[in-house]
Amino acid sequence: MAEISFPLSNLPIGSKAKVIDLNSDSPLKRRLLDLGLTRDTVVEAVQKSPAGDPIAYLVRGAVIALRSEDASNVLLSM
Amino acid sequence: MYIKANRPCNESTPKNRSDDPDKVIALAGNPNVGKSTVFNALTGMKQHTGNWPGKTVVNVQGQHTHNGESFRMVDLPGTYSLLAHSAEEEVARDYICFGDADAVIVVCDATSLERNLNLVLQTLEITGNVVVCVNLMDEAKKKKISIDLPRLSELLGCPVAGCSARSKKGLKELMDQTAMLCRNPRRAQPAPVPYPGPLEEAIALVEPVLLDKLKGRLNSRWAAIRLIEGDAPIITAMERYLGCPLSADAALAPALDRARALIEKGGIPRDRIRDAIVNSIISRAEMIAADTVRFENAGYALNDRRLDRILTSKSTGIPIMVALLAILFWITMTGANYPSELIANGLAWVGDQLTGFFHWLGAPAWVRGILVDGVYKVVSWVVSVMLPPMAIFFPLFTLLEDFGYLPRVAFNLDRYFKKCCACGKQALTMCMGFGCNAAGVVGCRIIDSPRERLIAIITNNFVPCNGRFPTLIAIITMFFGSLALGFMESVVSALMLTGVIVLGVVMTLALSRFLSKTMLKGIPSSFVLELPPYRKPQIGRVIVRSIMDRTLFVLGRAVVVAAPAGLIIWLMANVHVGGISLLAHCTGFLDPFARLFGLDGVILMAFVLGFPANEIVVPIIIMAYMSTGSILELDGLHQLKALLVQNDWTWLTALCTMLFSLMHFPCSTTCLTIRKETQSWKWTAVSFVLPTITGLALCFIVANTVRLLGLV
Repeated sequence: MAEISFPLSNLPIGSKAKVIDLNSDSPLKRRLLDLGLTRDTVVEAVQKSPAGDPIAYLVRGAVIALRSEDASNVLLSM
Repeated sequence: MYIKANRPCNESTPKNRSDDPDKVIALAGNPNVGKSTVFNALTGMKQHTGNWPGKTVVNVQGQHTHNGESFRMVDLPGTYSLLAHSAEEEVARDYICFGDADAVIVVCDATSLERNLNLVLQTLEITGNVVVCVNLMDEAKKKKISIDLPRLSELLGCPVAGCSARSKKGLKELMDQTAMLCRNPRRAQPAPVPYPGPLEEAIALVEPVLLDKLKGRLNSRWAAIRLIEGDAPIITAMERYLGCPLSADAALAPALDRARALIEKGGIPRDRIRDAIVNSIISRAEMIAADTVRFENAGYALNDRRLDRILTSKSTGIPIMVALLAILFWITMTGANYPSELIANGLAWVGDQLTGFFHWLGAPAWVRGILVDGVYKVVSWVVSVMLPPMAIFFPLFTLLEDFGYLPRVAFNLDRYFKKCCACGKQALTMCMGFGCNAAGVVGCRIIDSPRERLIAIITNNFVPCNGRFPTLIAIITMFFGSLALGFMESVVSALMLTGVIVLGVVMTLALSRFLSKTMLKGIPSSFVLELPPYRKPQIGRVIVRSIMDRTLFVLGRAVVVAAPAGLIIWLMANVHVGGISLLAHCTGFLDPFARLFGLDGVILMAFVLGFPANEIVVPIIIMAYMSTGSILELDGLHQLKALLVQNDWTWLTALCTMLFSLMHFPCSTTCLTIRKETQSWKWTAVSFVLPTITGLALCFIVANTVRLLGLV
């Protein structure tokens, strides 16, 4: 079954979704994996910074701030 | 911020076991789990701890004695993983893999154990001699998180000790476990992480071929996995350590080829091996955490989120940040006034007694001049003007740090740094610069991209360090605070100082942008910043720590530099050539040039002579004026102002002096640190020239605009 995916950067504040993939040509991938952003991990967008970017996400109990172009490498499904 | 702690005791020199009877214990852990607190509690050392990731940038070592046994503790930089390749992670990984430590203590945060287990499992894959220290048990209890430690120990297959390092609870048990492990090191242990079938088969294929190459110096399973995934930097490090080729080895290469084919056939494509490995580790961590951690209160982080909404939101984030800074300055300036005066009076009285004493001794006038008017007066200025503001500002700032506010500053400002093609973590290094620019420059190691790191290093000097703070505070109090009366006087002063700092930040951004467009062209790299949980600062501890360690240490350094400087200046002021003092020769020479920038020869020379330490700039100015003027006693800012005004200071001179103080060449210590960090004289020169030109240009524009408009 094909999943409908969207980038983490589009996740509205306060909502949650599951990770389905990390863009594999991203140099950031390894770092995101180490933070626990593996497949099926639930991510929640919790807080925008004053300028709207970066955004803080709740990943496995820790709050991690990512810039939108970095967060767009993380694909989520509803 | 802490110069002592940044002494790099060990930059990956493996110890020589034969002449070192002590057991060596490495401390590893994710950033911001209280690893440095554990280290300090065990070693009695005072490495700086703050609530933000990336404080420990080099290995720091200390000694710990437990039941008569001596241990050498090595504090490694905080890392999330041993697989990624940032500078800190490499230091930590190399030490754990190749440092021959007798045991590794992995410090974990009890409030986010699951993520911490990633590093625990990765460490266990390298060595069986691991003790897991679950720190911050007190925080976990407050957040109603309970952890089944015996079960955790059982699942991990290694000793586990719960502790609350800040209140020194559980450290004895931790060291009991560690000492026991050192006495009975483990040779073989079950694999901490099971991998998917095809990977396990591949490991089984490669591991036997590897065994006799490694000769027990590395864990064979771990080495096999690294070779199979083809992690080039780690393989190179392994080959260097073992002194023989691995991936090009005649027996290994075919085994690796077969192993990879096996994995591919098993349905894992070549470029997904790493994903599969990481996934296995993370799922194992997830499973262990699910079995051992219980959240009795699902909304345990709600307060943190509420606070974040206030401290980092669009409407309030930045105003609160500036307001906090202004309040900090207001408390500092208001609080420092009275003690400053008191100390100045006290020290002046001592000075009088000293003069009397020399008279009584019948010592020649020049001896009295050198010692009392030269050395003593400069030192007493430094003490009376620097001590009170520092003793107030540092503890307050450390409270903010302890609370966890600084990462929020980086979060708030990242967008602006990104616009200048720089990294938001630069805000953290700037905060370190408040204490000492040399420490700020070392702290730039937390920035991964070399280009962005260089930018942060070069611009760090736009944040005034504690050597320049008192100068700024004194000038503001003398020339600008008096614009208002009573209570408002201190408010105006605090706002003015905040303005100066904001200007420093603006200049940092502007110069970062300039560098990104010229010498250091490039696009911003990725940015990952953890916002750690807020923690209740330990007020009593912070105050004692920051006064005892930071304030007195910096003051001591200032006095050490100020005393000989006082002597030299006194000599220059009193040795006459052709009827004019040496000092007057120098300042006279600089004077016409300095006037272009709203300064005068004395001020400019003070900055030049203040190269060893910014603290002595004002004392030099005072000495230079006093040697020609008529004021002989100086016990307070009122007389100082009178002295300055007598020497033609106007508010414009004060303003330009402040601007130049904010923007000029870094002190000698900082320059040497920049040289060391960048390994380049060229970038050291840029760091020297760029702020100086900026400062002179700004002073020139301000001075001449004001003069043209006829405002002075």
